[in-house]
Amino acid sequence: MKSRLLGSTMEVDGQSTLSLREFGCEQNLLSRPDGSASFVQGDTSVLAGVYGPAEVKVSKEIYDRATLEVVIQPKVGLAGVKERAREQCVRETCEAALLSTLHPRSSLSLVLQVVHDDGSLLSCSLNAACMALMDAGLPMGCLFCGVTCAIDPDGLIITDPTAQQEKNSRAVMTFAIDSAQRRVMMSSTKGSFSVNELQQCIAVSQRASEKIFQFYRDSVRRRYSKTL
Amino acid sequence: MRETPLSNCERQFLLKGIEEKKRLDGRQTYDYRNIKIAFGTDYGCCIVDLGKTRVLAQVSCELVAPKENRPTEGILFLSLELSPMASPSFEPGRQSELLVKLNRLLERCLRNSKCIDTESLCVVSGEKVWQVRVDVHVLNHDGNLMDAASIAAIAGLSHFRRPDVGIQGDQVTVYSPEERDPVPLSIYHMPICVSFSFYLQGTYLLVDPCEREERVMDGLLVIAMNKHREICSIQSSGGIMLLKEQVLRCSKIASVKVSEITDLISKALENDRRARKEGGRCGFAESMPVERITVLKSDGAQIEMSDAEVGSEAVTMATESQSAEPLSEVGRVPSPVVRAPGAVQVGECLQNAWGLGEEEDEDDEEEEERLEMQEDNQRPMKSKSEVVVISDSEEEEVVILHPKKTQVKDSKPETKPEAPSKKKKKKKQPLH
Repeated sequence: MKSRLLGSTMEVDGQSTLSLREFGCEQNLLSRPDGSASFVQGDTSVLAGVYGPAEVKVSKEIYDRATLEVVIQPKVGLAGVKERAREQCVRETCEAALLSTLHPRSSLSLVLQVVHDDGSLLSCSLNAACMALMDAGLPMGCLFCGVTCAIDPDGLIITDPTAQQEKNSRAVMTFAIDSAQRRVMMSSTKGSFSVNELQQCIAVSQRASEKIFQFYRDSVRRRYSKTL
Repeated sequence: MRETPLSNCERQFLLKGIEEKKRLDGRQTYDYRNIKIAFGTDYGCCIVDLGKTRVLAQVSCELVAPKENRPTEGILFLSLELSPMASPSFEPGRQSELLVKLNRLLERCLRNSKCIDTESLCVVSGEKVWQVRVDVHVLNHDGNLMDAASIAAIAGLSHFRRPDVGIQGDQVTVYSPEERDPVPLSIYHMPICVSFSFYLQGTYLLVDPCEREERVMDGLLVIAMNKHREICSIQSSGGIMLLKEQVLRCSKIASVKVSEITDLISKALENDRRARKEGGRCGFAESMPVERITVLKSDGAQIEMSDAEVGSEAVTMATESQSAEPLSEVGRVPSPVVRAPGAVQVGECLQNAWGLGEEEDEDDEEEEERLEMQEDNQRPMKSKSEVVVISDSEEEEVVILHPKKTQVKDSKPETKPEAPSKKKKKKKQPLH
């Protein structure tokens, strides 16, 4: 067990630096939703809009917390199984972060529109969702961000892969990481990998999440720089 | 979620303003809001902002069999979606009246005006033609969706490039963009919709109504026109009677607006073409207004993993120490057993341990009694040292509470295969 562990840390050694593509965010860009954000990672771009807390349909009412609905709109065609799966990932992450008990019997709806998909789409959706929830001013226990890691056929880890890199890789993993303790809130994986690789990817994502949280902090600071 | 209703006060305020030739956002009667056209990184992707109304269009294509009655014509498929992002009253997947109306108008504006050469989309007559699909997503509804959608759709179509195809005999090869440059669609003209809203039985008219103005209007006239001043489609809704002069005046206004918008589209296309030619960056990431306070961009970040290795190792170690037992258990997964041909089972049948357990317990008790007797006699030091090692386990405490037997049996599955050690534990009991 020990030797295997050492062997795999050597692999990370081979690429001592991992990189995230350039990322950017615009908040409050739509007039209708209560909160909106567009998040760009390289060429991947997702637009998010949040409505709520608002009146809820009786059939969807939950007596002790708010009902969260997540809709992901693909760019071409109608939403299919893939989108439903992503919706669930995003919804469960948001439910874990949001303090929905503060708004019982109300509805929150989060709509994500894929604007361009060039890899790491789920992590970009998570980031856009978090920025939009922040913009809407909804109470959250912690922030969250998404990081996608791909393992290429040589066993090297690539963070924030492009669509081409995702296609060539052996495994793709996306983690949602919370800002309070850098814990994994959600994971979605594709392909095969070893336990060690998974743990390394988690460690890498936790590292990368610090950059994204710093970005969140900077953008909020910039946004309120005139009012504070 | 329901739409917030407009109060009577607001309604009267808006109508009064219109009577005095004043609009909510300070525009003149015939003014359009600002139009911004941005193209994405893929071909055929475009976002149009009309004031606060925002529409995204994406054009895509695929090879399909043609319609039977038109074997040499490609297909233009239009689909407009009212995303729930645009307004809280839009529900996903619901065919609302507005959605049907907008889709129909868009079809009439683009497909029925034959602005696209569908015959050039034919690959093999009667077998394979290109189906060009235009997906229009409304992202923010602030009135005049039709104009924004038509601008987005025609700009997307003009921007779009379809893959080149080669035909050798019966074989059709679709070339990837790397192999052969994709080809643009042949577009004859650019029909663009211009909306006019009417108030107080047609006395007042506004161009490009915003959402509030749309809510108080009596009637709507949509004219689709190209820059050659050809009317492609005209629709009046809301049940308002218009005079011939009014329609003529509207068409004159429309011709001016259409030529302005067409110029804007061609300028945007030209800019995008230049940016692509120069190999510079294009796409939405570049069109983000960086000067805004709500926007922040960060250049790619490097994640240093030099000291993170320790972290990853620590994570590995930590999880390993916790998961040591489950892991070793995984190793013990029984291999499939073939009992009879055609039937496979994993693992042996579970044997009822209840009866057995009782027997063992009895054995234990007997043993204990025996041991007690022994210990009374000699108190072996050797067994005492062993006790110290295991005595911190929870089991022991439980056993003390119920002075005799049982708990050990159903506590943990791991203890089962190690029957001798269990007996040792039992031994210690009287020592405490």
